[in-house]
Amino acid sequence: MSAPAAPTPGGTRIAREAGDGVVATVRRGLALSPLMRRGLLGTLLLGVLATAGRVVVPLATQRTVDAGINGPDGPDPGLVLRIVLVGVVVVVATAFVSYLVNRRLFTATEAGLAELRTTAFRRVHDLSALTQSSEQRGSLVSRVTSDVDTISQFLQFGGLLLVLSLGQVLVVSVIIGVTSWQLLLVVLACFVPVVAFGRWMQPRVSAAYSEVRARVGRVLGGVSETVVGADTIRAYGAETRTRARVDAAVEDQRRAQVRAQTLVATSFSTAVLGAGVVVAAVVVVGALLGVDGDLTLGQLTAVLLLVQLLTGPVQSLTEVLNELQNAVAGWRRVLALLDTPVDLADPGEDGRDLPEGPLDLRVEGLGYAYPGGRPALSDVDLSVPAGTRVAVVGRTGSGKTTLARLLTRLQDPVSGRVVLGGEDLRRVRSASLRGRVAMVPQEGFLFEGTVRENVALGREGSTTEDVHRVVDELGLTSWVEGLPDGLDTRVGQRGEALSAGERQLVALARARLADPDLLVLDEATSAVDPGLDVAIGAALERLMAGRTSVTIAHRMSTAERADLVVVVSGGRITETGRHADLVVADGHYAELHRAWSSQMSPAG
Amino acid sequence: MPRRSAPPPVPDRAAAHPPGPAPAPPRAAGAPSETTAGVPRQPDRRRRAGRAPHPPGATRRGVRVVVRGARDEPRVLGLAVAVSAVYGAGTAAAGWLLGRTTDEVLTPLFAGEPGVGRVDALLAGLALTAVAVVTAVAVALRRMVAGRVFANLQARYRRRLAHQYLRLPIAWHHRHPAGQLLANASSDVEASFMIFNPLPMALGVVVMAVVAAVAMVAADPVLALVGLLSLPAMVVANIAYQRAMSPRVVRAQALRGEVSAMAHESFDGAVVVKTLGREGAETRRFGAAADRLRAANVDVGRTRGAFDPAVEALPGLASLAVLAVGAVRAASGDVGVGAVFTVVYLLAVLASPVRAFGWVLAELPRSAVGFGRVRTVLDARGRTTWGESPLPAGGLSLQMRGVELAHSRETGEDLDAGEVAPRRRDGEAGTAAPGSGAGARVPALRGVDLDVPAGSTTALVGPTGSGKSTLASLAVRLLDPDSGVVRLGGVDARELREGSLPSEVALVPQSTFVFDDTVRENITLGAEVDEGRLRGALETSQAAEFVDALPDGLETRVGERGTSLSGGQRQRLALARALVRDPRLLVLDDATSAVDPAVEAEILTALRRPSAPGAPRPTVLLVAYRRATIALADRVAWMERGRVVDEGTHEELLERRPAYRHLVTAYEEAALAADDGRSTGAGAAPAVAGGRR
Repeated sequence: MSAPAAPTPGGTRIAREAGDGVVATVRRGLALSPLMRRGLLGTLLLGVLATAGRVVVPLATQRTVDAGINGPDGPDPGLVLRIVLVGVVVVVATAFVSYLVNRRLFTATEAGLAELRTTAFRRVHDLSALTQSSEQRGSLVSRVTSDVDTISQFLQFGGLLLVLSLGQVLVVSVIIGVTSWQLLLVVLACFVPVVAFGRWMQPRVSAAYSEVRARVGRVLGGVSETVVGADTIRAYGAETRTRARVDAAVEDQRRAQVRAQTLVATSFSTAVLGAGVVVAAVVVVGALLGVDGDLTLGQLTAVLLLVQLLTGPVQSLTEVLNELQNAVAGWRRVLALLDTPVDLADPGEDGRDLPEGPLDLRVEGLGYAYPGGRPALSDVDLSVPAGTRVAVVGRTGSGKTTLARLLTRLQDPVSGRVVLGGEDLRRVRSASLRGRVAMVPQEGFLFEGTVRENVALGREGSTTEDVHRVVDELGLTSWVEGLPDGLDTRVGQRGEALSAGERQLVALARARLADPDLLVLDEATSAVDPGLDVAIGAALERLMAGRTSVTIAHRMSTAERADLVVVVSGGRITETGRHADLVVADGHYAELHRAWSSQMSPAG
Repeated sequence: MPRRSAPPPVPDRAAAHPPGPAPAPPRAAGAPSETTAGVPRQPDRRRRAGRAPHPPGATRRGVRVVVRGARDEPRVLGLAVAVSAVYGAGTAAAGWLLGRTTDEVLTPLFAGEPGVGRVDALLAGLALTAVAVVTAVAVALRRMVAGRVFANLQARYRRRLAHQYLRLPIAWHHRHPAGQLLANASSDVEASFMIFNPLPMALGVVVMAVVAAVAMVAADPVLALVGLLSLPAMVVANIAYQRAMSPRVVRAQALRGEVSAMAHESFDGAVVVKTLGREGAETRRFGAAADRLRAANVDVGRTRGAFDPAVEALPGLASLAVLAVGAVRAASGDVGVGAVFTVVYLLAVLASPVRAFGWVLAELPRSAVGFGRVRTVLDARGRTTWGESPLPAGGLSLQMRGVELAHSRETGEDLDAGEVAPRRRDGEAGTAAPGSGAGARVPALRGVDLDVPAGSTTALVGPTGSGKSTLASLAVRLLDPDSGVVRLGGVDARELREGSLPSEVALVPQSTFVFDDTVRENITLGAEVDEGRLRGALETSQAAEFVDALPDGLETRVGERGTSLSGGQRQRLALARALVRDPRLLVLDDATSAVDPAVEAEILTALRRPSAPGAPRPTVLLVAYRRATIALADRVAWMERGRVVDEGTHEELLERRPAYRHLVTAYEEAALAADDGRSTGAGAAPAVAGGRR
């Protein structure tokens, strides 16, 4: 393991690939998966044994021709029968050993890779929200799915093939060389150019395939426009244009595919040609040697059959090298993820628990900057007594959401600290923090399943009665009753079967079920109609009585009723106080409030 | 076979692989597995998991797919089969030639018999070389052409599906989840025609087997019989192998989809996972799925482990049998070394290629299932029908009478029964959802009567889920009512001429779809638009400023692979897209919610102006909550539970509709309550209708 880089403040980036070489990558990959290493040596030894068994038919043929049929005393069926019986035993034993090799290989590699997948998955969740979002979702997913699949592909197909092919090539070459060193030279003379050509072709084939992959992506993008953008295309009569775009992408991909196929076919048929020419060459040279008495006919036939054992490995060389490259790249991407330092470490056993009872909140010299960006928050100081309802107001981009994320430790600050119930958030055990602090983001994210299941996620072990209770407490019963299947209504992927406002309602109920001592709402009801918004606001106020809440307000009505209004502007707190006092002070807040009020009342 | 990132080796000749790795069928030649390559944007677990590997009659239906493909690409496929036949004949001929050489050249030469010299050996070598060259060329062509058949068919059906998606009515789209339709065009098309990769080779192998059989019989009928008996055994073993593997591989593939969907979902909801402290629970859930995949993969490996060596051992055993019988026949003087060698060598040559039969037969059911799904889309009927009436000139009124519309409750038609049951998350409450009745329809609009006079601006107001968006879709004829009528300029929308609406009527939806293209193309959508009008639309929608600030201005690529825009920017882009057409009816479905209120007012005021002096004012229907927005409207239509229950001016509705008053003045009421020092619940929760898409 290379030493992980120290976490940089403000989140880290996940490297695209770890920088190790091929051998180092494989070694590190294996080191990370002890289950994969288990019994690996035994599997390889068995594999070599099984390989050795393959030469039995050529050798039996040679013995049969030389000693059994062309023997000094004429054909000897008894001897041949004995040879054949030994051959049968070896073939059957070889098959059994092969079976063991496969079994062991699959069991070990799959166990190791499942372990690797799960470790990588957990690592993603241990990263800060910012680091997570620095990476495209699809790329993050592929690091625990298809990247691992390419490793598995390689280990079970190409990798073993490569190792065993080397053994097979070696064993066969030795036998041919012992039989006739001249013929070995002939064989090498034919195959070495083929191998060289295969290696030369490999990067080209590989590039052709990446091109195909890229274009497949474009085709899927084009098709998805016809599906996801159907409304827009229809409404604006953009069918012709869209059709032309899809057709072009499809044709592009078809061309790339044919091109890649042509390269592969060329590379492959060269190996076929080599395999054919080597037979002809062996026949000619063998005949010349035979005339001189340096070779028997049986030996020649054996060599011809042995040569067949070389063509397989040679033909699949390009392919295996491709797989190797893909697998190493996949492994590097997984390793890069695991190399990313956990920038949101749970103090675990060394951490503290939040004290029982209401929690007071203190923010001291808080500062935050997104990597490469201007400071999002600077010198924020705030003291919130336990049980206070805080409303945070400010324009878009003023730093409100960043503040909410720091208060709930979705990210750690670059400078200063957040102290909750007297404890620095960074020292609070994760279990204690997440059990006592709830946050509802603007985008109410739902998991596929029912409304009930999504609400129940708020607290482990909650019952249907609990879900009913919080729905009732928030005044959402009539909304739930209006759903097609009530609480059992399926929400679809990411909750897309519900409207944006409805997703927010589910997220709110979920947070309510968590029964937190600090509740942070980040414009959590922005997509709900005003009537419902107000009703929920009132219900929450009632339910959170005596507890601490921080609301990023999208409507000034929230601020009007808060115990404390915090005005954020340009990443700093510019005003704090009660609504009435701030209106009198006639500062930034008063201005925001006036603008809002005028929007709410009909002009004129 | 497991998905591969690159095409696996296809052993053409006696490619003797080491034990363990089996040469897999030539999957996806040319196309790396597309489901992994293209990163499914919308993983659809239910669908992926619900693949039934071998529905009854699938093989027969698979043959029909082959016939259909052959009809679509007769010439290329014919060429592929022809060159494949040359390859088969050449490969077998090489074996036959080698046997003849052994008997007629090598044996006498090695025995020192007169009459045969080195020249004969050289000639034999030349003949073998010639056959090798022909075979190699045939192999190259076979692979190229077979790959082309597959690529062509794939492209043909992808195009046809995309065209069908563009043709089918929006209501059909709403019934089918996007993920499913995408899979139809990607993995299902791939699965349908994958069979054309090994097919030419398999047909070539038939030729190879026939030539080889003739050569064997010519060498010695008895030895040929011993050898040929092993051929059917090899074919049967391969078919059994593929049959045993296929469902296991399909299952592993389905679980791979499940793992992927789970990771997608979990990472998408990463913030929620973190705030709820569910990292551990999520990891357990994922770990369990990864473990199921592991078990399925190991199952694949075990099956392969058992079959592979057996299938590989067969030719070896057959060769040994030929040796034994050959020795007896040689002892009786019936055959020579050449005959024995010919048969042994041909067996070795045939051993690998005959596997192609197994691949083809294994692919048949998969082709059938994949193509079945593709056909469901291609055969889907229903398209928007149009009449002959032109859209009347001048200001455009909108009228609805008795309009009813119900949405399908369950989107997507289950094409085959689920195999992997959806798993419940831990820590969840209650029981699983009851099977929701398929085909059940939820009414969204229950008899809407609405009048929007030409040139007027009407605000459509109602609680969440009261049917406003559905009504907006009907107004521009994205949907047709189940009953009732929608009239534009007094003409039933269904009587209008095709193509008359998009240039005159525009809908700006709640969420903006951004095409993977430049800003300019996203606004014009291919229409010819002069620069001045484009500029004007950008100004009116208040988009000019941010567009100019983009790195390449109007030519900046946005969307999937381009610059990402904020919600407010997307909305303004969508507005410009609508305004550039100078529509006579403009429907805004909460289309300015992400825009700053002050900017919104400017936009709304500007877009109500006539496009040119003397031109009629556009008719505007807007879905709104904000009072300032409503204030811009001449009239307000109040919706409740799928009906327009009242129409009038804002003041009139304030007066006579308590629910309306409650909704639009909720914040003021709340503020008043706060001023009074009372912070009680502000009245009863308003009614929320259940209509949804």
